Amino acid sequence: MAARTLLDKLWGAHQVMAETPETPALLYVDLHLVHEVTSPQAFAELRARRLRVRRPERVLATLDHSTPTLAADAQGRRPYITPEAEAQVSMLERNCREFGVELLGIDHPQRGIVHVIGPELGATQPGMTIVCGDSHTSTHGAFGALAFGIGTSEVGHVLATQCLLQRKPRAMAVEVRGRLQPGVSAKDLVLHIIGRIGIDGGTGCVIEYRGEAIRALSMEERMTVCNMSIEAGARAGMIAPDEVTFAWLKGRPRAPRGAAWERAIGRWKALHSDPDACFERRVEIDAGAVRPTLSYGTHPGMVLDIDATVPAPGDAQAQRALDYMGLRAGARLAGTPVDVVFVGSCTNGRLSDLRAAAAVLRGRRVAGSVRMLVVPGSAAVKRAAELEGLDAVFRTAGAEWRESGCSMCIAMNGDRVAPGQLAVSTSNRNFEGRQGPGARTVLASPAAAAAAAVAGCIADPRAYLITEAVA
Amino acid sequence: MNPIRHVHSRTLVLAHENIDTDRIIPARFLTTTSRAGLGQHAFQDWRYRSDGTPDPDFVLNRPDAQGCKILVAGRNFGCGSSREHAPWALLDAGLRAVISSEIADIFRANALKNGLLAITVEDAEHRFLLEHPGLELKIDLVAAEIELPDGGRFGFALEAFARHCLIEGVDQLGFLLRHDDAIRHFEEQHAA
Ligand code: SF4
Repeated sequence: MAARTLLDKLWGAHQVMAETPETPALLYVDLHLVHEVTSPQAFAELRARRLRVRRPERVLATLDHSTPTLAADAQGRRPYITPEAEAQVSMLERNCREFGVELLGIDHPQRGIVHVIGPELGATQPGMTIVCGDSHTSTHGAFGALAFGIGTSEVGHVLATQCLLQRKPRAMAVEVRGRLQPGVSAKDLVLHIIGRIGIDGGTGCVIEYRGEAIRALSMEERMTVCNMSIEAGARAGMIAPDEVTFAWLKGRPRAPRGAAWERAIGRWKALHSDPDACFERRVEIDAGAVRPTLSYGTHPGMVLDIDATVPAPGDAQAQRALDYMGLRAGARLAGTPVDVVFVGSCTNGRLSDLRAAAAVLRGRRVAGSVRMLVVPGSAAVKRAAELEGLDAVFRTAGAEWRESGCSMCIAMNGDRVAPGQLAVSTSNRNFEGRQGPGARTVLASPAAAAAAAVAGCIADPRAYLITEAVA
Repeated sequence: MNPIRHVHSRTLVLAHENIDTDRIIPARFLTTTSRAGLGQHAFQDWRYRSDGTPDPDFVLNRPDAQGCKILVAGRNFGCGSSREHAPWALLDAGLRAVISSEIADIFRANALKNGLLAITVEDAEHRFLLEHPGLELKIDLVAAEIELPDGGRFGFALEAFARHCLIEGVDQLGFLLRHDDAIRHFEEQHAA
């Protein structure tokens, strides 16, 4: 048989019907994740057509986008930003009840950002097809799954039929050679990659990240990389599973156990691109050349090394981006004053991210001019962080420690950056207004975000990690 | 869905590249549980000034924008979030087609499922359309061509099944449901 890519293997294993020139393939979905924002109209469609959910056991719902990150008051009331936000949450509760779908609801100890909890529970597994009405579903590809975001109509299709009509995307390889330098994180790497290939560099493609530097990443770092594939326009990102993947999954609540685990490992080991498999596009990245990388413009492809200066705008649109950001060509990014720092999101809201931020903040204080918000990616991340005393590090430093959720990543729950304020954020999108109308966003790693909080301006995180590097 | 064979209208032009779905419909309007009523917020932060009054310079607010159904947009339109609220908002604002040289994958799929023609044209034609706002165009889905006022025609790209569904008014969920046997058969094999 011809050499196949990982994408070929996953696609082939889930094809209910192959595509023809006239019709797309029918692709079977193993795991469907659902949240409150992109599902109400899909359930309404099912209701209107008197349909049921075909495989409720393959659907897992949670609440994350519209949910407050401030705790409930003494009466148990939560500070929803609007009655609509609260109604959206109740709507998902009702839909899950009526359609028999499992919901990790507002008080559930396993609730959290949909792309954090899937892996955390071991629901995300190698070889699966995973979809969600959310573009960052690409996160789950870190486990060697084919995982991509869909729209609400498609959420309805999957609820009703467990299938999607899809044309097969093209396979693209991003080979990351060498090793990342100390003080350089997976977030820096993925921002660097997007800067290289552009925000439409992956359009129509599934990116498989490969190479020594990728193999050396932890599972959480791999999730950060795959998470941002969509910011390069790709449908999905994926990394072939290996011992790192298996070790991370073992013993998770929904991972297979006993003999089933052994069988699963046997299957999962075959999930990699064949040595001579053909990719339609290949890009090589030198990991050793990656520096702490931050965005400076209004899309995730406008990125800079921490010690670089803002380039001269090539066209009116780039000029507009600089005007919006309040940056001048030739200025250094480092030293730019910062108003808000946000650590969280499905990109960088996991335990290792909080540890990285805490390592910078320990024994230091958030600058008086800065408001810092730390929002764990899930209730479980929050508990684990508290067990290690990370919450105390953040609080002592002067940061706010919140309940889990999407929070300032999308600013639809009331956590937002005020007009004109500049935020250094560990999230994934720096579009105009993403963190609130008029908000200016600089994307960065957790360490760089924490360094900015301490310095009161954009700063090189490596300067705050020196003690560690020497040790 | 009603069959769509033609869209005939003057064009609106938003030449910006990489117009993301946060720009088309900001997240703060996503708490809705319906598909209706989002048109008033389409391009909200471009359309209205900070005091809430319409910005007269924004294309959608100009008097000649009234009744325009075709938006010609810069490259990589609809990137970012998968929110289907973006095509819902554009449709609710009266648009029926978006033309660009490149349209982001998820936005395009969402748009087509709702009867918003998301079509791509070659760079040269794209540039021409960007440079001639207000042009009277006829998008002919059956021929897969765009007709200019002078009778000139050029092709556009649209995936075959999506085009078929638009022209025939095929309901894609209905199409999927008709394959129940194949799905059940697959599930029996796949369950292992
Ligand atoms: S954290 Fe941000 S990117 Fe991730 S799911 Fe929530 S809103 Fe989307």
